[in-house]
Amino acid sequence: MPSLGADMEAGTLVEWLKRPGDRVKRGDIVAVVETQKGAIEVDIFEEGVIERWLVEPGTTVPVGTPLALIAGTQPAPAAEVSEVAAVPAAPTPMAPSSVEPPPAAGRARVSPAARRLAAERGVSLDRLTGSGPGGAIVSADIERAAAGGGPRPTVPKRLDLAEMRRAIAAAMARSKREIPHYYLNTTVDLTRSLAWIEAANATRPPAQRLLLAALLLKAVALALGEAPEFNGFFTAEGFQPGAGIHLGTAIAIRGGGLVAPAIRDADKLSLDDLMAQLRDLVARARSGALRSSELSDPTITVTNLGERSVETVFGVIYPPQVALVGFGMPVERPWVDSGEVVARRVLTATLAADHRASDGHRGALFLADINHRLQSPETL
Amino acid sequence: MTDGVREITYRDAVREAIREALLADQHVFLMGEDVGRYGGCYAVTKGLLDEFGPDRIRDTPLSESAFVGAGIGAALGGMRPIVEIMTVNFSLLALDQIVNNAATIRHMSGGQFEVPVVIRMATGAGRQLAAQHSHSLEGWYAHIPGLKVVTPATLEDARFMLAAALADPNPVLIFEHVMLYNRSGVLSADARPVDIRSAIVRRPGKHVTLVTYGGTLFKTLDAAETLAKEGVEAEVVDLRVLRPLDGETLLASVRKTRRAVIVDEGWRSGSLSAEISARIMEGAFWELDTPVGRVCSAEVPIPYPHHLEEAALPQPAAIVAAAKAALGA
Repeated sequence: MPSLGADMEAGTLVEWLKRPGDRVKRGDIVAVVETQKGAIEVDIFEEGVIERWLVEPGTTVPVGTPLALIAGTQPAPAAEVSEVAAVPAAPTPMAPSSVEPPPAAGRARVSPAARRLAAERGVSLDRLTGSGPGGAIVSADIERAAAGGGPRPTVPKRLDLAEMRRAIAAAMARSKREIPHYYLNTTVDLTRSLAWIEAANATRPPAQRLLLAALLLKAVALALGEAPEFNGFFTAEGFQPGAGIHLGTAIAIRGGGLVAPAIRDADKLSLDDLMAQLRDLVARARSGALRSSELSDPTITVTNLGERSVETVFGVIYPPQVALVGFGMPVERPWVDSGEVVARRVLTATLAADHRASDGHRGALFLADINHRLQSPETL
Repeated sequence: MTDGVREITYRDAVREAIREALLADQHVFLMGEDVGRYGGCYAVTKGLLDEFGPDRIRDTPLSESAFVGAGIGAALGGMRPIVEIMTVNFSLLALDQIVNNAATIRHMSGGQFEVPVVIRMATGAGRQLAAQHSHSLEGWYAHIPGLKVVTPATLEDARFMLAAALADPNPVLIFEHVMLYNRSGVLSADARPVDIRSAIVRRPGKHVTLVTYGGTLFKTLDAAETLAKEGVEAEVVDLRVLRPLDGETLLASVRKTRRAVIVDEGWRSGSLSAEISARIMEGAFWELDTPVGRVCSAEVPIPYPHHLEEAALPQPAAIVAAAKAALGA
């Protein structure tokens, strides 16, 4: 069970999209998991053949619990290997290495009827969640598991806005409670960037045209390469730099709500790839079909409220991240260039940063670097 | 009253059963304390003295040992006596006759003698009669080989169990719960004789089995009704016969629902409810989803004050709670 957010403790497996015997490769979507953020598609990091499922649909398991056993990344286990012995030996392909597996529990409570029924139906008792007294596994749990999850009385729809609102409330309250924010802003002259985009788009069909947002994201990603103290997480051990530059891109959901799925390794993507990913993310975020990896690991968040007709964003950092870069609406303003007042299209870029991880001086350099890179769009 | 249907009380049903037996067989007679002129301490036998005369409706001295012993002797001599004891508490004075004589003579005589005596007695609490008149000791008698112990709870059983008991060549003890006498209901005119061998499912359900008998049957049915409103379908098994226990009906229900709660007005320690629980473990352990639950009387002498008496007895709310606990709710 992947961690799909700093506050996530457990998730419910809604459905398997691959069956035992199916060959999978990195990036394939193998399952759908229900979280506070709605139903999320789980993509896989391993290559191989799904040997068997370890978690049945409808089951809620803690983050870090292996969901399936994949053969191919290591020699296939001998046929005689017992189920109990095979589980600890199983690779944990989808569990981020930083997440510990759940603590070894004592003997699970399984009713006599459930134990016998499980043996008859070949249902593994591992990872089943009991619905009986004290969480005991009872026969109905086995029947549900044997029926492939069956219709649970309360399968949430893909996008639960109320649940999302609760998640946002928890994260934002924690942010304002724990993070000493400081705020900086600068005004960016967009003349060069807009001219460059216009030229680049002149020969492109509409579906492949670049938007300013792609340049802004790329500029942030490249600037972060020089300013690692804004890219990562603040934990009990202090600041931990991110393993890559994964831009959480805030996307508003119609009807309310917000998600910030990651564009992974944005600093290494071409503008075209970045643009394609951005389009894809927005479409899928709004239909509630995001993947686990996209929600799990943004190392910073970028909020672009330009289309909402506001000039300045005062961001709230998404914990445990340490910074949020905000972009307002491009507006035409009087601008002094070489001693003359001219009309220019400008945009306000802001930085909300965690003072525990960085200081205003470094923040100013970071923001200035973003501005600088946007003056040389051909290098993005 | 319409054709084929009439409303009577449990008391009426017992009286009709006695009257029918007296009319059907000249060997049947009734004896006990105040059964004649007074009409029975619960008015069950009112009017029978006038109809059948003092030879067949016999008032006895206040000596349970003497008149129960006389009943056993009469049965040995070929009569079919019905002996009434006011309450099960008083029957303790006749324990020697019941346990050492009635229950053993057939066995000790190598089958040469039968003891077809029927002993009726009131049992249970709820009428503020205090500890010496309110206990539920039928489970003790269910411990004794050689006896049959029945607990009619419904009008049909009150009306027809006596005939089956009289037809049995062995001593049969009939326990009538004091809170049932005034219960009235409709007894169908085509109601048929009943057996004294089997338990019966009084209300079908699939989520939990509530096992009970006698005075707690209707409390249990009330609890099942409450549970139904909350989506829990409780199956209510009326044991009817405490000895020999009908394990088949009991276990069939528990195997279906996988959960059982026993409701017994007797105390729990060393009790009939403990025996039923053990039967379930012996016969249905692998079918169970939860431990067997019990709702029994508080382990105190039944109190006299109304509120304490009610607090000491199994009540529907406690039955509902125990059923929910078994379901993990």
